Amino acid sequence: MTVYLVRRLIQALFVVLAMSVIVFVGVFAIGDPVEILISPDADQIERERAVQALGLDLPLWQQYLVFLGNALQGDLGRSFVFNEPALKLILQRMPATLELAFGAMFLSILIGLPLGLYAGLRPNAPASKAIMAGSILGFSLPTFWVGLMLIMVFAVQLGWLPSTGRGDTGTLFGLHWSFLTVDGLAHMAMPALNLALFKISLVIRLTRAGVRETMLMDYVKFARAKGLSPARVTFVHVFKNILIPVVTVVGLELGSTIAFSVVTESVFAWPGMGKLIIDSINVLDRPVIVAYLMIIVLMFITINLIVDLTYSMLDPRVRLETKGT
Amino acid sequence: MSDATLNGAAPAAPRKDKVETPFRRFVSEFAESKIAVAGLIVFTAIALVAIFAPWIAPQNPYDLAQLDIMDGRMEPGTVGGGGFTYWLGTDDQGRDMMSGIMYGLRISLMVGAGSALIACVVGASLGLLAAYAGKKTDTVIMRLVDLQLSFPSILVALMILAFLGKGIMNVVIALVIVEWAYYARTVRGTALVERRREYIEAAQCLALPTYRILFRHLLPNCLPPLIVVATMQVARAIALEATLSFLGLGVPITEPSLGLLIANGYEYMLSGKYWISFYPGIALLITIVSINLVGDQLRDVLNPRLKK
Repeated sequence: MTVYLVRRLIQALFVVLAMSVIVFVGVFAIGDPVEILISPDADQIERERAVQALGLDLPLWQQYLVFLGNALQGDLGRSFVFNEPALKLILQRMPATLELAFGAMFLSILIGLPLGLYAGLRPNAPASKAIMAGSILGFSLPTFWVGLMLIMVFAVQLGWLPSTGRGDTGTLFGLHWSFLTVDGLAHMAMPALNLALFKISLVIRLTRAGVRETMLMDYVKFARAKGLSPARVTFVHVFKNILIPVVTVVGLELGSTIAFSVVTESVFAWPGMGKLIIDSINVLDRPVIVAYLMIIVLMFITINLIVDLTYSMLDPRVRLETKGT
Repeated sequence: MSDATLNGAAPAAPRKDKVETPFRRFVSEFAESKIAVAGLIVFTAIALVAIFAPWIAPQNPYDLAQLDIMDGRMEPGTVGGGGFTYWLGTDDQGRDMMSGIMYGLRISLMVGAGSALIACVVGASLGLLAAYAGKKTDTVIMRLVDLQLSFPSILVALMILAFLGKGIMNVVIALVIVEWAYYARTVRGTALVERRREYIEAAQCLALPTYRILFRHLLPNCLPPLIVVATMQVARAIALEATLSFLGLGVPITEPSLGLLIANGYEYMLSGKYWISFYPGIALLITIVSINLVGDQLRDVLNPRLKK
């Protein structure tokens, strides 16, 4: 296990390095570095001084090493727009994004599990067919458009929910969270549902497939033969067994939920890091773009690493396979 | 293939030309699902509308001379200044939404299908190469595929467009980079099985050049799963392009795709003018669903494991 862990850690390190090269080359070589790093209103002398100070007259590989050295010390440049360290800006916005992503995951289980369970227990009922058709729609509907339609119906026409923003926040661990206040929850409801839409469809399908498989197992037949009530068979014998894979997959989807929150945050003007990156790209605030990309890459590599390690702990075949090659 | 279909087809066409060919069998199997046929018909109609938009659209939405700013933000069904009925309403510049959608479909489909096609060529070639060459080549290509698939598509596309900036070509490049890995993985999987077959050995014994073995012998036998993936990826590409354009990272304002049309209606929606965003979204939805329905049925028909 230790050998496997070390190997995976080294691999992850290489991926981080590779991605930092890609981001570096992408932003510093394809774009004009002077334009990227020096504020556009600087005059000619300031410009030249900055070019020297930033080491832009050095060969590219040396520049990369400087970039890497600064990045390791947590210095990813300053935002042109906010005139604050890019890293700090992004970390400030992170709780809002995480809150939204976890809210969406919670909703996807809350809505997806019961619907999937019903569709799995009564596969031929009209309601089940409707649920399955709905889940296909959930996969096909463009997220941003559904978000707009939610705003139109619930905010503009019915006036039940606020259309944009985060609302009042409560403080916990020194950070601001919307889910601690009623107003914040009202603001969170639509974005979270919008972000959850795809995951709800996924959970419905997983649960349904799991239920249909589990219902055919001998232990379910035995539980029935013992004369247990259908409710007990469903919730104790079937439900418990499908819960593990469903929760695992939903956990794995955390990364993609965070990535797709870019879209939802833009629709609902939710002040998270996704909205920040889109705004930064639109105004070419490149230090923030670089910082966001590096942080999100690091986040994904960490998530993937945890997933792989969890799998290898649960499934010995993964470990053996890696040892063999 | 069951005899029932064979016999069923025979009396319906007494002519000699009804010999069962693989293509006919494929068509009849595909037609078993009514909803997939409906999807195909709808998609064909959409494609025709997109192709012939300049001839059938009531108005050229990019010809400013034809636009009347006085007709801006009119409700669906209103008759405009020029005695012209706007069945789906107008946007803020007095542009007929129906014409806008027809032209938008053109761009959406072009970008979606174009990028899927290029990604297919690139991905399939690399997948074939990985399977055929094996060893180091295989490891390098597949590691790249794994690496890329571990990041969500929207993030990869976002990253590339952050580097390159907006523009139709850049969106196509981003979509190709996002999608090639799916094709490569699919083709490699099939090709690994196929390359152990006798016909490949025979071709190798004839000392045929590698490219010939790859593209004339190996590739045709890897086509079925490739077609399925390609269909699904067209739908994904269209959806992703719309999302990117909505975010303001995709196509430029001068050539609005459906996603950009939806984005344009965003600010007016808060004042209850729903149609500017609503109808382009419906067009997008119908396009994606119809392609997915066709793809689903193709997967069932072309999957050898489900063969009756």
